[in-house]
Amino acid sequence: MQLINESKSKKTVNKKNLKAALTLATTALLGSVQVSATPTSVAAEEDTWSFDSAFLYYSEADRVSAAEAVFNAKKTYSDDSILNLKLTVDALTGASANGAVAQPDVQTFTRPSGKGDYEIKAGETPLDDTFHDTRVQLNAQWTQALAPNVTGSVGGHLSKEYDYLSLGINGNIAYDFNKKNSTISFGLSHFQDTFTPEGGLPKPFASMPLAYHDSDDESGHDATRMGSDDDKTTSDIMVGFTQVINRRMVTQFNYSYSVVDGYLTDPFKVLSLLNNQGLAQDYLYENRPDKRTKQSVFAQTKYHFDETILDVSYRYMWDDWEIKSHTVDTRFYIPLGNGSYLEPHLRFYQQGAAQFYQPFLMEDDATPEFASADYRIGEMTAYTVGLKYGMKLADGNDLSFRLEYYRQDPKSAGHKAPGALADMEIYQSIDAIIAQVSYSF
Amino acid sequence: MNNKFKYSLVFAAVTLASGCSSLGVEPWERDLLATEQMALTSSPIDSALDDHIYFSKEASSGGKSFGGGGCGCN
Repeated sequence: MQLINESKSKKTVNKKNLKAALTLATTALLGSVQVSATPTSVAAEEDTWSFDSAFLYYSEADRVSAAEAVFNAKKTYSDDSILNLKLTVDALTGASANGAVAQPDVQTFTRPSGKGDYEIKAGETPLDDTFHDTRVQLNAQWTQALAPNVTGSVGGHLSKEYDYLSLGINGNIAYDFNKKNSTISFGLSHFQDTFTPEGGLPKPFASMPLAYHDSDDESGHDATRMGSDDDKTTSDIMVGFTQVINRRMVTQFNYSYSVVDGYLTDPFKVLSLLNNQGLAQDYLYENRPDKRTKQSVFAQTKYHFDETILDVSYRYMWDDWEIKSHTVDTRFYIPLGNGSYLEPHLRFYQQGAAQFYQPFLMEDDATPEFASADYRIGEMTAYTVGLKYGMKLADGNDLSFRLEYYRQDPKSAGHKAPGALADMEIYQSIDAIIAQVSYSF
Repeated sequence: MNNKFKYSLVFAAVTLASGCSSLGVEPWERDLLATEQMALTSSPIDSALDDHIYFSKEASSGGKSFGGGGCGCN
């Protein structure tokens, strides 16, 4: 790094400073790999390994819980090439909204497998408690200098769940100029996913069949199915620009274009079909378009005050499903001395509904081409409030704890609730806790 | 996004880009920028975990890094 060569007053640059310096020219495209720009000028140094591990617990009140463990190994070679390997394992269990609306009476739903059913009490949002999944994910990323001021990076991704397989590749290139105060970057990524949901893929707007307790008689369930698996591809292009403003401030701007193509419907979600009194007459499986084109602009600034550091970012996303979203994310780093620190975190998120989102279908209306009652593509605001505490252990390793509260408030996108729904809660808020322990060595 | 907003974005980008040559620091002025905490992604693991949570709970993903696929996410 130029920094190290040229700052003659700082001859005792330790490994920590080097590592930090290496992260400086990082662009978002190179993502979590934290790559530097020019490795050529660094004095020969030993290959070094560094390890990061984390355990995260995510829990929604009365709904989904997930436990996730991450182990990351990073090898920095003497020429500053970087190999990054990451293993993620997570387990998910609990209940997820099935899309149907609450009713004044008890409701009975078929499980996704077609075998067995579950009942939802009067006045409660229908949740399907069938979900149990374990996921294993592997990521590998190789980063190296390709020419003076040019850094390249390639990576692979594999993620396997019981019912889902995802394979991905990515490539990035970054160019530093203006004394490394400016960096432009360009990246591509492609994912190929295969979904084999329990019970197969339901036909669009098929009626949820009655539960078939007798496993010899699955014809009713089978009649609603159109296959056992389907594919989805996700192709992303990202252009980034990073600029050092002054000694205390660095900024970044990204533009992303993403095309998702294939099976984008959620096979576990239904819509209630209501009569004009608002009473459910049937449950129909949802149907989404098989293509989605998303774009986003992202800007981030970090400012170093005398001691503290402010990190603010904003993202605007829009897509051809007519979803628009705003995300503001803020962190404030407060050193406490001896390597320990506090970091409060605030995040605000707001999204508009997809054009085909509707909380229910009306019996008297014609069936639309596409419809989904999944609150995750409906109108919503959400916020996260969190605090992280980190410390440097006696052996120089890092230990940190993070506790956050996440709340989602789905909102009406103007759909009028008929009769019986007047007293029902259609847009139920979700509260979740995120707890994490990280250890780096 | 309306055209006015798009043009404003382009204008802002061009202004920023043209102003950039006068921005920045000399190599020996990077003491603060070089600290680990000033990296744009200072906690990659936290970012990856957060991305996974919000990817599966909201309709948006990516922006800072690739949005990606990678999970069934019920």
